[in-house]
Amino acid sequence: MLELADVSVTFSAPGGPLVRAVDGVSATLSAGSFVVVIGTNGSGKSTLLGAIAGTVRVDGGSIRLAGHDITRWREDQRARLVGRVFQDPRAGTAASLTVLENIAVAACRGTRAGLSWATSRSLRHEAAARLGAIVPGLEGRLDQPIGSLSGGQRQIVTLVMATWRRPELLLLDEHTAALDPAAADRVVQATARVVRSENLTALMVTHSLPQAASLGDRLLLVHRGRIVLDVQGAAKRRLSADDLAERFDRLRSADQLDDAAALTLAERYA
Amino acid sequence: MITLLSTWTFGAALGFVAIGVFVSYRLFSFPDITTDGSFTLGAVVATTLLVAGVDPVLATLAGMAAGAAAGSCTGMLHALLGIEPLLAGILMTTALASVNLVLLGRSNVPLSGVTTVLDRAEAAVLPTARLAGFAAAEAGEAARLAFVLLAAATVVLLLYAFFSTRLGTAMRAGGDTPTMARALGRNTGALTVAGLAIANALTALSGAIVAQYQGFADVQMGIGMVVWGMASVFLGNALVGTVRLGGALVAALAGSVTFRLLVAAALRAGLDPDWLKFTTAVVVLAALVAPRLVVRSQRASAAR
Repeated sequence: MLELADVSVTFSAPGGPLVRAVDGVSATLSAGSFVVVIGTNGSGKSTLLGAIAGTVRVDGGSIRLAGHDITRWREDQRARLVGRVFQDPRAGTAASLTVLENIAVAACRGTRAGLSWATSRSLRHEAAARLGAIVPGLEGRLDQPIGSLSGGQRQIVTLVMATWRRPELLLLDEHTAALDPAAADRVVQATARVVRSENLTALMVTHSLPQAASLGDRLLLVHRGRIVLDVQGAAKRRLSADDLAERFDRLRSADQLDDAAALTLAERYA
Repeated sequence: MITLLSTWTFGAALGFVAIGVFVSYRLFSFPDITTDGSFTLGAVVATTLLVAGVDPVLATLAGMAAGAAAGSCTGMLHALLGIEPLLAGILMTTALASVNLVLLGRSNVPLSGVTTVLDRAEAAVLPTARLAGFAAAEAGEAARLAFVLLAAATVVLLLYAFFSTRLGTAMRAGGDTPTMARALGRNTGALTVAGLAIANALTALSGAIVAQYQGFADVQMGIGMVVWGMASVFLGNALVGTVRLGGALVAALAGSVTFRLLVAAALRAGLDPDWLKFTTAVVVLAALVAPRLVVRSQRASAAR
């Protein structure tokens, strides 16, 4: 279970104004829920994910995960509980290491690394089985540098790595955005399958409305650092991509209105 | 014959620098200027202890440990204080220049009348070599070369084994893609500190052996060592091609020996020794630029 209580993140550009990227967000994600987060560019959804992953410092509120208050934990400490897949396939895997070596690093996520051999025979068998089940043929490429795999294959391996040891929370940060549609589709299917079969608690940020409509059992729409829409249960199942597109448009036009109003005011008083 | 053997020995002894630079520069993408200072530090610590009557093996290991400490300091400047790699190395090497001068007491200390690790190796092999009919001078040089090569082989094997463990693999992952390593629970700052400690321990080992081989330590002897190491790594890479970890470690060593042989040939052909460092710098520059030129010409021909 993930509990966000009044979480705030403020950025300050040097000499610029303070920006509240995440503005007092509170939410509880029950164990086993698959939550999809959408929002426009700059809405704060990625910052919120970063606050949970530990890449962004929180300056207000608290984050609890699986009974631990992780608000002050470092990124690498949170990795004990959290598995992550990034938008950039290169960020989640070490290109010069082989596929199996990458998996070996994932296999000791959150434990002391120690001086035993990284790639045992049993790890090789398990890796071949797990990867081959998702992408036939991948089991034969365990000893190739992972940099030689396609972006889609790398994201699948990253997903397998993030869930190799069962995480308390799986964070997916637009993890299909850099892929071509066919590869994105395969990664989405693999994601849905692993979340379901392992009964994971997952938080997925996406820009794709079809994905947002079809995946997960709860949807959060983030705007200006706040959750402005929270759809779950039967309502989430009925939600279509068109409904979401409409909600999106309304938010966008509201923004434009605000800008226009600001301009009018500025002209009047200047 | 002796000159050739001696070139090999020198090249192999400097091979530890090449392996160290491989660890810092290739595995961690950290251009570590500390190399210049820790090479001298290894020589200075070993020499000072030898002159004080300490056992040569212990003195050599102490030099290595000093190098590890220096590398850790550079790593911490970067990991804890956020100082850029180049600047962290420059600060450390500048500081080490004073440390080295204070430890050595003056700019140059000879090792005359002191038993070194290489003397030990020579003494061990000499009776056998005499029996085999070698002249004493050649047998001694061959023994020194055998010792250095044996030490180098041991280091390569140990490093290969270490980088195949969970910790070593995590370290390589952290050097390659820090975001990935952190997301999988590794403290990348600590890994960088450890990686630079290993790299500079090897560099200092090289300094300690070179000092004992040439019979003196000099506070200037480390100048240009990082560039030497890079040149050796690039040359080794060119010789062996793109290979996995074990091959790359051997390639760095082979690159150092080959580069030393090339330097010896160039000197014999009439290169002024004063231009040696300049030439080394040009070789590294060429190795850095050449791949880009190749890519550009490939693009140009693809566009045509």
